[in-house]
Formats: sequence, structure tokens, C-alpha cells
Amino acid sequence: MSIPTQLKYTKSHEWVKSESDGTITVGITQHAQELLGDMVFVELPKIGRTLAQKEECVVVESVKAAADVYSPVAGEVVAVNSELESSPEKINQDPYQAWLFKLKPANAADLAGLLDAQGYEKALESEGH
Amino acid sequence: MLKITPLNQTHREMNAKMVDFGGWDMPLHYGSQLEEHHKIRQDAGMFDVSHMLVVDIHGENVRHFLRQLVANNVDKLTVSGKALYTCMLNPDGGIIDDLIIYFLSESWFRLVVNAGTADKDVAWITSQRDKTAPYLEIKPRRDLAMIAVQGPNARVKVWQVIPGAQSTTDNLKQFQAASFEQYFIARTGYTGEDGFEIILPANDAVDFWKKLYAAGVAPAGLGARDTLRLEAGMNLYGQDMDETTNPLESGLAWTVDLKSERDFIGKQALLQTTTKRQLFGLLLLDKGVLRSHQKVVTHRDQADGEGEITSGGFSPTLNQSIALARLPAEVAIGEEVHVLVRDKKLAAKVVKYPFVRNGQILV
Repeated sequence: MSIPTQLKYTKSHEWVKSESDGTITVGITQHAQELLGDMVFVELPKIGRTLAQKEECVVVESVKAAADVYSPVAGEVVAVNSELESSPEKINQDPYQAWLFKLKPANAADLAGLLDAQGYEKALESEGH
Repeated sequence: MLKITPLNQTHREMNAKMVDFGGWDMPLHYGSQLEEHHKIRQDAGMFDVSHMLVVDIHGENVRHFLRQLVANNVDKLTVSGKALYTCMLNPDGGIIDDLIIYFLSESWFRLVVNAGTADKDVAWITSQRDKTAPYLEIKPRRDLAMIAVQGPNARVKVWQVIPGAQSTTDNLKQFQAASFEQYFIARTGYTGEDGFEIILPANDAVDFWKKLYAAGVAPAGLGARDTLRLEAGMNLYGQDMDETTNPLESGLAWTVDLKSERDFIGKQALLQTTTKRQLFGLLLLDKGVLRSHQKVVTHRDQADGEGEITSGGFSPTLNQSIALARLPAEVAIGEEVHVLVRDKKLAAKVVKYPFVRNGQILV
């Protein structure tokens, strides 16, 4: 499984992309979508909501189960990908394009605590994948 | 150590995602559960159901033994090959298992029981045999495999794969079976579509599966099997019913014969019970997905107005979430209820199930 090297990751299988305007874009990884199977429903956070790090903020539901998505860092939700509400299958088709929400981090330095591709790969290995 | 069916290696070769299903290593899907579901509603697909157990009962007057063993009446089986769906109850009326019984001859009936309950079932049947009919032979058939081929084109594809079988099985009605060569072919299933369930020697299973695949029958996993049976409004043992529930509160009164003089295990308990709860269908009106064990609230008083989802999920055919729920028996079809999902109260409509049969949406 190839893990895009330009992104950052969490152990809970979110990917994070740093944008030029200082916001971050968040989605779930290829590994996460494979575990869950066909997506059928996505519940996105409200724009303007303030999130703590590791706070549950999105629910993705597949044919198999509901799973929480956690905020990678503390911040404020500035955009959500509402297209996923009618087409949740886009997460299965291309999880690195089908972003869930954009966040304005409370503290840009928090991003340094995220995993790089290599670190995420190691985290997957230690999970036994 | 997980138990495996004769097709285990074949599933892996076909890139199945395997899961532990009640101690069996079984395919969940082969890529997309949704595609497998649609394929069976629209064309033909196949399931390995070899984890289920065939139990043959041989000896003098098997019918007499079964009259008291199960809740439905085996006297309805008058033609060889005819099948009957029934529950097997404990003395309290609780459901030990649901099963299909095939009448082959007065000295040979065939039972097909669930995988997760197979050991318990055989032990129970044997203990009853020891008490009332010690001369009968109870024969679990792990030497057999079972493949369910389901969908509007399922029968035609089976006939392509078993040359000569058409003339023997063309006229089979629903819930009727016939033998052809090494195949026991029954017009039964768990999807709400037409098709066959085929019992065959374990050694022939891989070859037969591959020929079906070559004929265009898509392999399907337990994931699609669950959404198909839920749409078809068919109970799943262990989820919609178990030993703590009886058939009358599980939407299965039609399978219980309380009218004839015949006594059967659990009959007295059922005659004395009042049915306060019943299974209903739910159609989710809000967005989300219903799951088993979610609480359902009605407008009735808190104490007796609540219920629980027994099976819930996303219906690929309806493109919305559906469920079976055990609710107060007086709930009306069409009534609006609410389901507690995480921190939300989602609106759902009570409907009569099945939701889907033979490709048609019924709700």
C-alpha cells in the first residue's frame, strides 16, 4: 500500500494536508477505508465548531460499522466537504481526494507532532498490518 | 483455530476479505459488498454456506419424532422433497434454532441448521432422540458442502453448469428440492430472490464453485448476505431471536402450529404467554444508519413504550437505512418512532416487512 509522502498522519488513521493559507485539510487514509468497506453515510461537523485535539468530529458509516474520525490538532472548522453527504462512496474511490473538513489550527506548532508517511507506515506495522 | 469450509482456499484466491464468523473463517466480501448485493438482486450471485450443518435423521417413522421436536407441523410435508421452515423450541418456548426440514422418505428427513448453533442443536436433538426414539440415527453431515446460488438468473446459470439438471428441477416450487446425480438441489434461499441452495459432496465444491463463476455467477460474502436477508425481512438467529425470545414475538407465528392436537416442545409455554412485543420493520426518515441494539422510543409511556433494533443497516436497494426492531405489540404500521443514535433522536417510520422481494421495493 503506498502512503503519500506529502501528507501527515495520525495513529487513528486521519491524513492531514497543510495548505498555503495556514489551514489544514483532513481525511481518512486508504487503510481506514479498506477496513471499513463501502461507505454509506458521513456526518460532518458544523462550520465554526471549535475542536480539541483528538476530539470526535466526524462519523463515517460503512455497510459494516460506524467509525469516529478525530481532530488531528486543536482548531476551528472552516470548511466541510458536503459533497460526501450525497456521495460517501468517494471516500472508497479515492480517500486522499475525498477530504472531510478543513481546520484552522489553534497553534501551528501542534502540526509538528503528527506522523510523516514513514512514521505512519511503522504505526500500521505495529498494529499488525 | 478457526474452522474452514472446503472453499476456504478458493475464497482467498478470489481476494475475499475473510472474517471470523462464529468460529468459522468466512468471506465478508470480495471487494465491494454493495456490488455483490446489487448483482444478486439483478442477476446472479453465490454464497458458500458450507458452515451451516446438514443433519440427516434415519430410521423408522422419523416424522413422528419431528412432530414433537419442532414448532411447525411436519405433517404439512406430504410430497418427497418438500421443505418446511420451522423453529425448534425449548420447553419455555425460547428458540433453540430456526431450521429447514426436508422430507425425503418416512425413514429419512434432512435438517439444515445454523452454523453457530450446530453443536448445541445436535446435542439437543440427540438428547430428545434418546428419550423418545432411541432407534433413530442422527447423522451430522460435515462431508457435505452447501452453495446458495441466488438471483433472477440463478436457476438458469445452475442449469448451464449441471448439464441435465434442468428437467429434474424445472418444476420445483419454492421450498421444494430434488436430487440429481451428486447434487441435492433446493429452491430455497435467504435473499428474497429466486434461486437454489445446492448441497453436494465436499470434494466437488471447488470445481462446482469455479464452474458457476465461469458461468457469470458472482461470489458474494456474508456482508451482502446480511443486507439481502434484512431487505427480505428474514430473521437472523442470535440477532432477531434467540433462546430468550419466542416465535410469536419474532414475527414467526405463521411457522407455529398451535391449532392441531399435536403436542410439541414449547407448546404449553406458548399457549400460556401473551405477546407484548413484536418485530416490526423500520424505515429511517432522517439521515444515518440504524444498527442493532439501538434504542427505539415511541410516544407511549416510558416504561412500556420502548423497543430495540434487533437488526439494522443500510439497504442498498432502497438507498436508505432499514431495520427490524422489537417494539410494543400495539405499535401501528405507519406510526412514527424515534431511534437513539449517538446523541441524536432520528425519526423512523414503522412498516410491514419484507422491504424487498424479487427485486421489487415493497415499502
